Amino acid sequence: MLDFIYKIISPQTVAWLIVAFPLAGATINGMRSLVASRFGKETSHSLTSFIGCGFPILSFVFTLVTFLLLIGFPAGQEPTMITGPLFQWVLDKTLVVDIGLKFDQLSLVMGLIVTGVGSLIHLYSMGYMGHDEGYTRYFSYLNLFLFFMLLLVLADNLVLLFVGWEGVGLCSYLLIGFWFEDPEKAAAGKKAFVVNRIGDAGFLLGIFLIYTTLAANNLPISEHGFKFFNFEVIQHYRAYLLPYATPICLLLFLGACGKSAQIPLYVWLPDAMAGPTPVSALIHAATMVTAGIYMIARLNFLYVLSPTAMTVVAWVGALTAIFAATIAVTQNDIKKVLAYSTISQLGYMFLGLGVGAFSASIFHLMTHAFFKALLFLGAGSVIHAMSGDNDIRNYGGLKEKMPITCWTFVMGAAAIAGIAPLSGFFSKDEILWHTFHSGHTGLWLIGFIGAGLTAFYMFRLVGLTFFGEPQMSSTKWMKVHESPPSMSSVLLILGFLSVVGGWIGIPEAFGGGNHLHHWLEGVFGKVVVHEEMEVSHAPEIILGVVSVLWALHFAILASVIYAQRKEWPEKIAGRFHFVYELLLNKYWIDELYDFVIVRPLLFISRNILWGVVDEKWIDKYAVMGTGQMVLFWNRCVTRLQTGIVQQYLFFFVIGVILMVWRYAF
Amino acid sequence: MITLHHYLVLAVILFCIGVFGVIVRRNMLVIFMSIELMLSSVNLVFLSFSRFLGSTDGQIWVFMVLTVAAAEAAVGLGIIVALFRNKPTLYVDEVKELKG
Amino acid sequence: MLINWIHDHFLTLLTFLPALGGLFILALPKGEHNSIRALALGTTVATFVVNIWALFHFKILTDFTFQEVIPWIPAFHIDYRLGVDGVSFLLILLTNFLMPIVILSSWREIETKVKEYHFLMLLLQTGMVGTFAALDFFLFYIFWEIMLIPMYFLIGVWGSGRKIMAAFKFILYTMAGSVLMLIAILYGYFKAGQSFNYTQWLATPFTADEQFWLFLAFALAFAIKVPIFPLHTWLPDAHTEAPTGGSVVLAGILLKMGTYGFYRFAMPLFPEASAHFSPYILTLAVVGIIYGSLVAMVQKDIKRLVAYSSVAHLGFVMLGLFALDQKGVEGAVLQMINHGLSTGALFLLIGMIYFRRHTRQIDAYGGIAKTVPLYSAIFLFVTLSSIGLPGLNNFVGEFLVLVGAFQTKTAFASVAVVGVVLGAIYMLWMVERVFFGGIKHEENKKLHDLGLREVLVMLPLIVAMVGIGVYPKPLLKMMSLSTENFVKLSNRGVIARTPSVARRTKQSSVEPGLLRSPRLRSGSSQ
Repeated sequence: MLDFIYKIISPQTVAWLIVAFPLAGATINGMRSLVASRFGKETSHSLTSFIGCGFPILSFVFTLVTFLLLIGFPAGQEPTMITGPLFQWVLDKTLVVDIGLKFDQLSLVMGLIVTGVGSLIHLYSMGYMGHDEGYTRYFSYLNLFLFFMLLLVLADNLVLLFVGWEGVGLCSYLLIGFWFEDPEKAAAGKKAFVVNRIGDAGFLLGIFLIYTTLAANNLPISEHGFKFFNFEVIQHYRAYLLPYATPICLLLFLGACGKSAQIPLYVWLPDAMAGPTPVSALIHAATMVTAGIYMIARLNFLYVLSPTAMTVVAWVGALTAIFAATIAVTQNDIKKVLAYSTISQLGYMFLGLGVGAFSASIFHLMTHAFFKALLFLGAGSVIHAMSGDNDIRNYGGLKEKMPITCWTFVMGAAAIAGIAPLSGFFSKDEILWHTFHSGHTGLWLIGFIGAGLTAFYMFRLVGLTFFGEPQMSSTKWMKVHESPPSMSSVLLILGFLSVVGGWIGIPEAFGGGNHLHHWLEGVFGKVVVHEEMEVSHAPEIILGVVSVLWALHFAILASVIYAQRKEWPEKIAGRFHFVYELLLNKYWIDELYDFVIVRPLLFISRNILWGVVDEKWIDKYAVMGTGQMVLFWNRCVTRLQTGIVQQYLFFFVIGVILMVWRYAF
Repeated sequence: MITLHHYLVLAVILFCIGVFGVIVRRNMLVIFMSIELMLSSVNLVFLSFSRFLGSTDGQIWVFMVLTVAAAEAAVGLGIIVALFRNKPTLYVDEVKELKG
Repeated sequence: MLINWIHDHFLTLLTFLPALGGLFILALPKGEHNSIRALALGTTVATFVVNIWALFHFKILTDFTFQEVIPWIPAFHIDYRLGVDGVSFLLILLTNFLMPIVILSSWREIETKVKEYHFLMLLLQTGMVGTFAALDFFLFYIFWEIMLIPMYFLIGVWGSGRKIMAAFKFILYTMAGSVLMLIAILYGYFKAGQSFNYTQWLATPFTADEQFWLFLAFALAFAIKVPIFPLHTWLPDAHTEAPTGGSVVLAGILLKMGTYGFYRFAMPLFPEASAHFSPYILTLAVVGIIYGSLVAMVQKDIKRLVAYSSVAHLGFVMLGLFALDQKGVEGAVLQMINHGLSTGALFLLIGMIYFRRHTRQIDAYGGIAKTVPLYSAIFLFVTLSSIGLPGLNNFVGEFLVLVGAFQTKTAFASVAVVGVVLGAIYMLWMVERVFFGGIKHEENKKLHDLGLREVLVMLPLIVAMVGIGVYPKPLLKMMSLSTENFVKLSNRGVIARTPSVARRTKQSSVEPGLLRSPRLRSGSSQ
C-alpha cells in the first residue's frame, strides 16, 4: 500500500500536478461561470476565490517542493529532472513529440517566478476585482494563463513550448478584452493576438528549420528516436545546425520579438494595458512577456552558434530599451508609462542575451518580475483609489492618503531605476557590465543612457502621483483611500522581494556570492564567464558606482521637477515642441503601421482581390462569361426557329437536294 | 411508245408539284392535298416498276402506302380541325407556336 | 448469423442504411414532422453506431479492408466493389459523425417540406459514404453524381436569398468537372484492359502523355470540389445560401471529396503527371491560402466569411498532399477531418444565430457576448479551433502539413505560414465585431441563449476538437500505413525523374503493397 502511494506521489507526479492544478482551477471556474451566465445567476465569490487562488498556491507549493527535492540531490549531480512522456503527441515514423516536462535550473527559476508572483497576483485580484461581475470568469482565465505559462517554461521540447506560447497569447487576448463591452479593449486584445501571431509564424518556421536540418542528416535513430524538437536532442546535435544557425535563431527571435514586445512588434503591449491591472502585472510585465527571453535562454546553445544572430538580438534589445524609454518620459497614462518601461526593460534583457550574459538576463527577468509586478499592482491600487482614473496629471500628493502604496511604489521605482542595493541595480548593472566588458561600447552607451531615462521617467511618475499638490477636486480627494489589506499585503511582500530579490545574485565584485549565476551554470555552461573578470573587479565596481550616481541624479531631478517645479517641463516641451510631440505620439509608429500595412491590406483585399479579382474577373467574366457565351450562341441559333413550318420544310428540301447531289453525282 | 421512262418523269413532275405546293401554299388543306399528290406520285413509281420488273412487290407496297395515307389523312385532318378550333385560321404562316 | 453477415458487409450496411431509412421516411405521412425527424435521427445515429462497431473491426493495413466484391454488370466488367483504407474510413467516420448532428440541428429550422428534406439528407449520406467506399470507377462515378442531386435541391429549395442561382452555380461547376472525369474514366477503362477496378488501374502503366491528360481531367473535377483558387466562386454562394444543414454537409464533407479524389485517384494513379503539375498546384494552393484569407477578412456576411476561410483551409490540405511527405499527407488528411469539425461547427453556430435574428450581416450584431454568453463562449472556442490554437484539432493538422511541406517544398511552406497569421486576423476581427463592444441594435438585447438541443448539437463537436487536439495519435495511427503507401505510389513520378543510380536504390524501397493485387496479372494480359 505504502509502495503504491509512493509510486503515485513520485517526483514525476508532483511535477505534473504543478501544471495540472491551474488547469483544474480554470476548468472548474470556467464551467461555473458559463453555467451561471447561461441561467443569469451569480456565482459565489468566496468559492471562486477559494478555487481560483487555492490551485495556484498549491502549484507554487509543489514547485517549491520540487525545487527543494532537486537541490537536495547529492553534490556533483545536476539538479535536473525530466518527467518523461506523459503521452506521445504526434506519431509519425519521422516525427515524435513526447509530452514531457523538464525541470532544470532555468525552468525551476522560471517556475518559481511564475507560480510565486502568479499566486500573489491572484491574491491581489481578490480585492481588485471584488466588485466585478465577471469575477469567476476572470479567475478562470487567470488560472488558464498560469497553466499555459507553466507549460511554456517547463516544456521539454519546442512543440510543447509552442503550445504554452500560443496558449498564453490566448489568455492575454481574453484578459485584455476582459471588459469586452468597450470596443477599444476588445480591439486591443485582438491586436495583441494578431501581432503575436506574426511572431509565432516566424517561430514556427524556426522550429521547422531545426527539424528539417536535423532530419536531413542521417543521424542514428536509436539515439534521437526522431524527437527532433526535444531540447536535449537539439543540444546534443547542435553541431549539425551550424550551417543554418543564423536563420534559425533569427526566425525564433522574431517569435521572441512578438511575445516579448520588441521592435518592430512591440506595438501591442501598450494597448494591452486595456486589461485589468493585475493582468497587466502578471501577464504583461512579470511573466508572459518574458517568454521570449526564456526561450532564447533555453536555446542558448543555438544562439552561441550564430554571432550574427546574437548581434541582432543585442542591437534590437538596446534600441528597444532606449526607444521605449524615451516614449515613457512623455506618457500621461500611468499604465502606459509602465508598459513602455516594461518594453524598455525587456530590451535590456535581450541586450544581455545578445552579449552572451544569459544568466544576467534571467537574473534581470526575475528582479523585473518582482518590481514590475509591484509597480503595476501599486498603479492598480492608485487607479482603484482614484475610481478608474489613469491620468497621472490628475493625481498628486497621494502619499498622505495611501502610504503603503506610496512607499512600496517608491521602492519599486528605486529598484527599476537601479539604485543600490535594491534588486534592479544588481541585475541591470550585470547586464551593462557584461555589455561593456564584451567590447560592445556602443551598446553599453545606449544602455547607460537608457538607464538614466528609466530613473527619470519612473521618478517623474512617483513625483506626479504621490508628491506635490493634489490635482483633483476635493470631493474626489475625500474618496481616495488606501487599498484593503488583501491588496496592500501583496504590495508589501513584493516590495520586500524587490529590495532583497537581487541579493541572490550579487556579483563577486561587490562581495556577493553570485548564487543565481552559479546555479544557472548548469544550463548556460561557463561560456559567459570572462577570464579577466576573476582577475580584477575594479572596472566593474567603477561602472557600478557610476551608474548608481547616474540613476540617482536623474531620479532626484525628476522627483524634484515633477513634484515642485511643474512649469519647467512645460517650458521644455514648448521649446522642443517637435521632439515633445514626437515622443508624446510614440513616434507615430501605430499610425505608420496603420498607414503602411493595415489600410493597404484592407484596401487590396476589399477593392482589388474581392471586388475585382473575385467578383469581376473570376465570377463575372470567367464564370458568368461562359454562361453569357452559351446564351449568345443560343440567340444566334434561335433565329432559325421562326415557327413557320413551311420554312422548315424548305430547309429540309434543300437539305435533301444537297444530299442527293452529294451522293448521286 | 410509252416507256418506263415516261412514267417516271411523270411521277417526278407530280412529286415536284407536290413539294412545291407544300412549300409555297398557305392553306393547310391545299398543303395536305399536295402531300397526297406526293404520295400518289410515289405510288405511280411503285406501280410502273412493278409492271416493268414483272413483280408484285411494288403493288403490295402501293397498298401499304395507301393504307398509311388513309391513316395519315385521318390524323392530319384531325389535327387541322383541332388547330382550327383553337385558332380560326387555315393559313400555316399564322401558326407560329414553334418559334424559338 | 446476422452478426456474421454484418461483419462481412460493414461497408454495404454503412452505405445503404441511410437510404433505407430515407425510403421509410418516404412511406410516412406528410404531416408527421416529428416522427420524420425522429426516424431520420434514428437512422443516422444507427449508422454512426454501426460505424463505431466497424471501427473495432478495422484493421490497419496497407491494402484495403472490408472489401466486398460482387460482379454487377459482367458484360462491361463492372463490379460492386467496396473497400476502405485508413483515410477513407476516417472520412466515412466523419460523415456519419456529422450527419446526426446535422439532422438534430435542423430540428426547428426546417419547417417546410420536412419529409423531402430528410429524405434528401439521407440519400446524400448514402452518396457520400458510397463515394468514399467505392473502389470501382463506375460505382464511384454513380455515387459521385448521386451526391450532387440532393445537394442541388437542398440549396435550391431550403436555401435563402439567391438560392436558385447558387444551386445552379453549384451544379454546373461540379458537372463541368465530372463530365471530363467521366471521359477520363472511360479512357482509362479501355487502357486498363476494360476494367473499372481501382487496383488494376494502379498497376496499369499509363504513358506520360496519357497521364498528362487523364490527370488534368481528374484534377479539374476534384479541383472544383476542393476548391482550388480560381475555381472557387461557387463555394461562397452555395455555402451562404444553403440551409444550415446543407452548409455543414457541404463544408464538412463534400469539399473533402475533392481532396479525397486527389488522394485516392489523381495522384497515385498518375504520379508522373502529378509530379509535373505539382509546382502549379502548390502555387495555387498557397495563393488560395492567402487569397482566401484576405477576401474572408473583408466579408460583411458571417457565413460568406467562413465560406472563404474554407478556401484557405483547403489550401493547407492541398499543400500537405502535394508535399508528398508522409507527415504532410497525414496532416492533410487530419486537416480534412478538422475542417469538417471546425467549419461545420461554425456553420451550425451561424445557423443558430440566424434562426434567432434572420440576418447574417456582421453589422447587425455587436456586443452580443453580453446577451448570449454561452453561445459566445462556444463560438469563440470554435473560432480558436479554426485558427489553429495549439491543443485544439486544427493545430495538429496545420503543424503536420507545414512541417511536412517545409521539408520537401520549403518555399511554399514558408509562404503558407502567412496564412496562419491571416487566419487569426479575419476570424478574430469577425468575433470582435459580432460579440464584443456595446450593443448597437435593440433586437440583440432580447436574444435568448442556447437551449439544450443546441448544446447537444455542439457538445460532440467540442469534445472531438479537444480530443484530436490533445491526443491525435489514434487517428494518425489509423492512417499511417495508408498515407505511407500513398506517398510511395505518388512518388513514383518523382523517382522516375531522378538519375538512374538514385532510382535503383530508391525503387527497391518501394514496397509493392497495392501493386501486388491478385488481379494484376490477369489484368495486364487482357
